[in-house]
Order: sequence, then C-alpha cells, then structure tokens
Amino acid sequence: MNGPSDNFDEMRDPAGAVRPAYAGYAQWFDEQDRGWLRRKDREAENVFRRTGITFNVYSEQEAEERLIPFDMVPRIVSAGEWRKLTKGIEQRVRALNAFIHDLYHRQEIIRAGRVPERLLRNNEAWLPEMVGFTPPGGVYTHIVGIDLVRTGPNDFFVLEDNARTPSGVSYMLENRETMMAMFPELFTRVGVETVSDYPRKLARSLAACAPPKCEGKPRVAVLTPGIYNSAYYEHAFLADQMGAELVEGGDLRVIDGRVAMRTTGGYVPVDVLYRRVDDDFLDPLSFNPDSMLGVPGIMDVYRSGGITIANAPGTGIADDKAIYSFMPEIVEFYTGEKPLLPNVETFRCADPDSLKYVLDNLAELVVKEVHGSGGYGMLVGPTATRREIALFRRKLEAKPENYIAQPTLALSTCPVFTRKGLSPRHVDLRPFVLVSPDGVEITPGGLTRVALKKGSLVVNSSQGGGTKDTWVLKD
Amino acid sequence: MLGKTANGLFWMFRYLERAENTARLLDAGLRMALTRDVISAEEEWRSVIQASGQADAYRAKHGTYTGIQVWNHILRDGDNPGSVREMMRQVRTNARLVRNAISGELWSVVNESWMQIDGVLARPVGQGAVGEVIALVRRAGTLAHGAMVNSMLRDAGFNFANAGTFVERADNTARILDMKYYLLLPSLSYVGTTLDSGQWDQVLRSVSGDRAYRWLNAGQADSRGIVEFLVTDERFPRSLAFSHMMLRANLKSLAKMHGGEGESSRLIEKSCEMLGELTIERVFDLGLHEFLTGFMRDNADIARAIADDYRFLR
Repeated sequence: MNGPSDNFDEMRDPAGAVRPAYAGYAQWFDEQDRGWLRRKDREAENVFRRTGITFNVYSEQEAEERLIPFDMVPRIVSAGEWRKLTKGIEQRVRALNAFIHDLYHRQEIIRAGRVPERLLRNNEAWLPEMVGFTPPGGVYTHIVGIDLVRTGPNDFFVLEDNARTPSGVSYMLENRETMMAMFPELFTRVGVETVSDYPRKLARSLAACAPPKCEGKPRVAVLTPGIYNSAYYEHAFLADQMGAELVEGGDLRVIDGRVAMRTTGGYVPVDVLYRRVDDDFLDPLSFNPDSMLGVPGIMDVYRSGGITIANAPGTGIADDKAIYSFMPEIVEFYTGEKPLLPNVETFRCADPDSLKYVLDNLAELVVKEVHGSGGYGMLVGPTATRREIALFRRKLEAKPENYIAQPTLALSTCPVFTRKGLSPRHVDLRPFVLVSPDGVEITPGGLTRVALKKGSLVVNSSQGGGTKDTWVLKD
Repeated sequence: MLGKTANGLFWMFRYLERAENTARLLDAGLRMALTRDVISAEEEWRSVIQASGQADAYRAKHGTYTGIQVWNHILRDGDNPGSVREMMRQVRTNARLVRNAISGELWSVVNESWMQIDGVLARPVGQGAVGEVIALVRRAGTLAHGAMVNSMLRDAGFNFANAGTFVERADNTARILDMKYYLLLPSLSYVGTTLDSGQWDQVLRSVSGDRAYRWLNAGQADSRGIVEFLVTDERFPRSLAFSHMMLRANLKSLAKMHGGEGESSRLIEKSCEMLGELTIERVFDLGLHEFLTGFMRDNADIARAIADDYRFLR
C-alpha cells in the first residue's frame, strides 16, 4: 500500500517546499511557540465539550456523547481550485435533480438505454408515491453534500453524492468559529472566505420552495428523530441558527389538509419541513407502519401542495452506489456536457466481467455495499487480512449485485498537529450545496474529514476519523 | 412556541430549582449536624431525607442516618432517581431539548455546570468535599438564572422557564416548612414562645433566609415570625407568597400573549387572593401541616393546569 509520502500532500510538494495556498499559514505556524500550540490544541477540545458539539454513540450498556476529534491545522483550498470545483459540483447537482425528476416522470434516460431499468426495480430508495409528482419549485435535493477526494494537483474525484439528508454542516460552521476564537490573528493575516452565512442561505433557500398552499411568510421547521439521534446536535444547531422550530413527529399532525405543529397557542401549519428523518420513517401510513418518528398522512398533504419536504422523498434513488457508477452518463445526458468532475472508476459487481476482475483483485480494491454508508460493510483490500478477504469473497459471490468495487485511491494528505509536530494524514472533502428555484449555491468551505491514524484511509467519524476547518482562500 | 418546548423549559427550571433547594437543605443539615450530639445529629439527617422526599428510597437501602450516607444518597446514589446528579442531568437534557429556545450563554453555563457536577459526583463524596459540591450546585442555579436574565428574549419561553422555577420553589419551601411543622407550631400555645434556636436556624438556612430574617426581625425568632416570613412575606424571594406572586405575573404575561386566560390563570388568582388575606391565626385554625398540604396540592394543580392550557403534551 502507498504510504503517505507517495501521495499528493496538499501543503508541501515532494521537495518539501510549501505550496502557495499554504504559504500564509505556514509562515504563521513557524512563528508560533510549540508549547503554546500544544496548549491551544487541548483548549480546542474543551471548547467543543463546553459548547456541547457532540454526537451520540450507543453501546450495549448506555448512550454516550462523543466528540469528533478536531485538528487545528486548516485544510486550505485556493480560490482557483475552488472555482473549478464549484463548476463541477453545480453541473453534477443540476444533473442529479434532472435525473430524479426524469425517473419519477417519463424515464427518458431509461428509454434511451443509458441507465438500465433493473436499477429501479427492487430498489428500496425508489418511491412509487413520487411518480408523476413534482415537488414545489421543482427542487428534489435542497441540500446536497458531495464527497470529494483528491489524488493530485488537478485531480479531484467525486466519491459519493449525498442526496438524502447529508450531515456535518454544523462542523463546518463550528470548526470555523473555534478557529477564529483560538487564532484571531491568523484570520487577519490570511484572507479566508466566510462560511457563517450558511444557515441564513439555507433558510432563504428553503423558504423559496414554499408549497402552493403557503400563505404569507413561509414557516420553516426542522424535523428531528429526537434528542437521542446521533446528529441531534446538528438538528438543534440548524434550527437555532435559522430561527426555525425544531419539531419531532409527536409535535406534528395533519389538520385540514396541512401539516400543523402543536404550539402553546394551538396548531399552526408548517410550510417547509427540513426533515432529518429517513424516507422510511416519514409517514407510517405510506411507509414503515411502525414509525414513531414521522407524521401519519404527511405524504397526502405533500402531494396536494400543503407542505414542502426537504429533501424530497425518494431522492435516495440518486445516491445509491449502483447509480453512482452511471453518473458520468447521467451528467452528460441531462446537461449535454462532459462531466467536469470525474467519478472514481467503479466496477459494478452485477456485471459478470467486472465481478471476475474484482474477485481476482480483491487485495487491491475497495469493495462497498451498494446501499451501505458510514464506512460499514466495506472491504479495504490493501489493509485487510487474508481471512477478512476470504470472508468477504464469500459474501460477494453470494450476492454480487449488492456490491461495487473501486481501486484504492492514493488519497491526498494534509498535515495534522501531533505532539511531535506536523504529520500528514489522508483527507476528503464534503462541500455543502443548496438548491432552490433561484439557483445553486455552494458555500465556500465544507467538511474536511481526516483519518487520524497514520496511513489509514477511513475518514468516517464512526471509525475514528476527525475533522478540520476548511479554508477557501479569497482571490 | 411549541408545546413540547414550553414543557422542556418548564421542567428544565423545575429540576434546576429542585437541585438547588436540595443543596440548600443539605447545607443546613450539615451545619446542624456539626453543632449537635450524635443522637440528635441522626435525627437531623433523618429529617433532611424526609424533606428531600426520598425517605422510602433511603430506607430501602440503609438502616441508619449518618451524614456521609445521607448526602451521598441525596447527591449521587445511582438507585435514587431524585439524586442531585440525576436532577442536573435532567436540567441538561431538557436544555438540549429546548436548545433553540434558550440563549447560547444559558446553554453553555448549564452544560459546563453539568460537566463539573457530573465529574465531582462520579465518586463518593467525603467529609472534606461535600461543602464544595454543595457550593457547586448552588452556583449552577445562580449562573443559569443570571444567564437567563441577561441574555434571554422576553418571550413566552422566559415566562415558562420562570413558571417552572416558582412552581417548584413554592413546593420546596412548603415542604421544608412541613418538615418542622411539629416544632414550629404544634399548638396555638406555641405562638409567641421562643424556639430552639438551632431548629429555626436550620429551617431558615434551608431556604437561605437566615440573614434576611435576622435583618427584618433583629434576631428575634418565634413561630409566628418564621411562619409569616416564609408564608406571607412578599419581600422574601423564597416565600410562598413571593413564589406565587411571581408565578401570577408570568402567567398573566402568558395569558396576554395567548389572547385569553385559562384554568391556570384562574387557579393562581385564587391562590394569590388566599395568601393575601392569610393571617397566622387562620393558619393555626387550619393546622400548619394541613395548610401546607393543601397549598402543595393547589400548587400541583396549577402546574397541571399550565401544562393543559399551553398544550405541553397534547
């Protein structure tokens, strides 16, 4: 396996010289006293604990609130790099929305033979309830998180499209707040694009998608599964920042064709629901009948123009890993352009030739479940033991259509602060994209996830990854 | 505001008040026990457990009433759902639940207090540390109220938070008085007699009213003075009259915001009217214990009516 030294390092070139984007930071860093930096590093953790920026983890014994480790070295993207990225992201997000609309209407792309029909059949993310219905404003994915990885100076790839309920945006915002509180002088020396207006943009973008029955100023609410959900902090944070109500299923009820929330003064209609509850739990009458997290009858209200649900139900069909492999075709089909941001090369194990290749090269590949997420259920060939590979081979042979495989990428590295100084670790990047009838907005920044273990490629917070503040430099 | 949020604010402040009052009670008990012989110290700790409302749970585990056993039970026993640690956890859980209805300042003092208190209560509390723990809990209350007054929007949420505080405070003061009613006013002949100074001192300390009382009464203590002070004196912030006067003001403001008065408004008016006309003779006619029991019942009815009027749960 490639050690970090063979990979593209975002801060330094192979000769050890600091790259231009990091010049200002590196100079500042060299001037700082190491002992003081170490104290700051500990201080950061306290800031997060005091603010309560935690995620819930459940073990068999009890629930526990954990911190996602924060690394105080920023991940820096130059203005030029960012411009290129945003063009590619915007193209991709427009294509995603057109694709979802098409799937639930005329299915031109299937008729044209560019995407096989079998991908829709038996796909749990496909919702028949959405067929023939267009959401208010024509927007399906109000909020998208595009996961990017980098392998070289100009080589960014899309690793995953998160079109359901992408999370992590609160870390983008709180990481920046923490950095500004700890190192104010750094921000006077380096010009960094602001991220703090994301909640305002989100509120505006959601309000712009108000449903036909909305009267007056749209009332926005955030729907959370509740205080024990792992991302509850983020739900409360966004509601607070947007000035929206934070509701649970039990606060909502269908009254006179509207979804209404129980306030101290009676039931009041909600116009736009930013839901952080999965499709399956949204409406016990339409989907999972045992769901306590949703609102019985909300789908009928939705289809009759009484409420906007963001993201729209059924968008999961577009971020399936089997669909992912068709994204280049999808982008081209709807935009008429070549994709600006490439996919990672993907082998669909459903295809016999690909399956054979994958089985022959398991030790070199990353194999993922088509419907999995969070880094679970995957095999990282180069770091797996023989036994793990043998076990995985059996699973793969039993149900090849459940898997895709990708080459192990030489992910870029970015330094993290360790007791011994700076040391490179692998990173990825999730920019957050807002879609409204007024257009696509990409906040200059995002969530950088970092593998804290040396050499590790897994950046998921559930598996020991951390986060960094992400800087997009001003021109 | 969501009914659920109003409920969360109400209980956040009820639990905070209860935790703080429990700390006051322990503080007074601690002082009392230090100035007594062993036998009466046991008796004091028994009455502290009684007043904290945890007598049954305590008896289920312990046969004796030693200080260290009592304060560890009240502060941190894992089997005691009413322990201070558990109440502070409830304060914080409710604060998380209403995170978007409270200011960031209020949230962070509550969160920090919880982290500190949870930390010190993770291990048994010895003689040397108990005073510090009590101070920490009392400071948590002071900080939260300060942050609230300084930074919270004066909307319905502020009133629901205050309603929780004063419903709980009225209940707690009545409970503490009730713990010593047999000493304060066993019969009318006691009116005017001088009490065992230790006993009344403990009652006053339990509500942090010892200094205010001395100031107002030049050091003279009798049953009438103390009962009047804790029941009808609107100047003392932990008296029954003050608590219900404040509760009334907050419910009035809520009724105005919601365009109409409900059952809770009717009940608090009735209670304030009763307290306004109350004389010590009337209390004695009823019997202090009977009066306090009736008051606590009315107070609980008001809490229930608030929850109904403002759709806390349905």
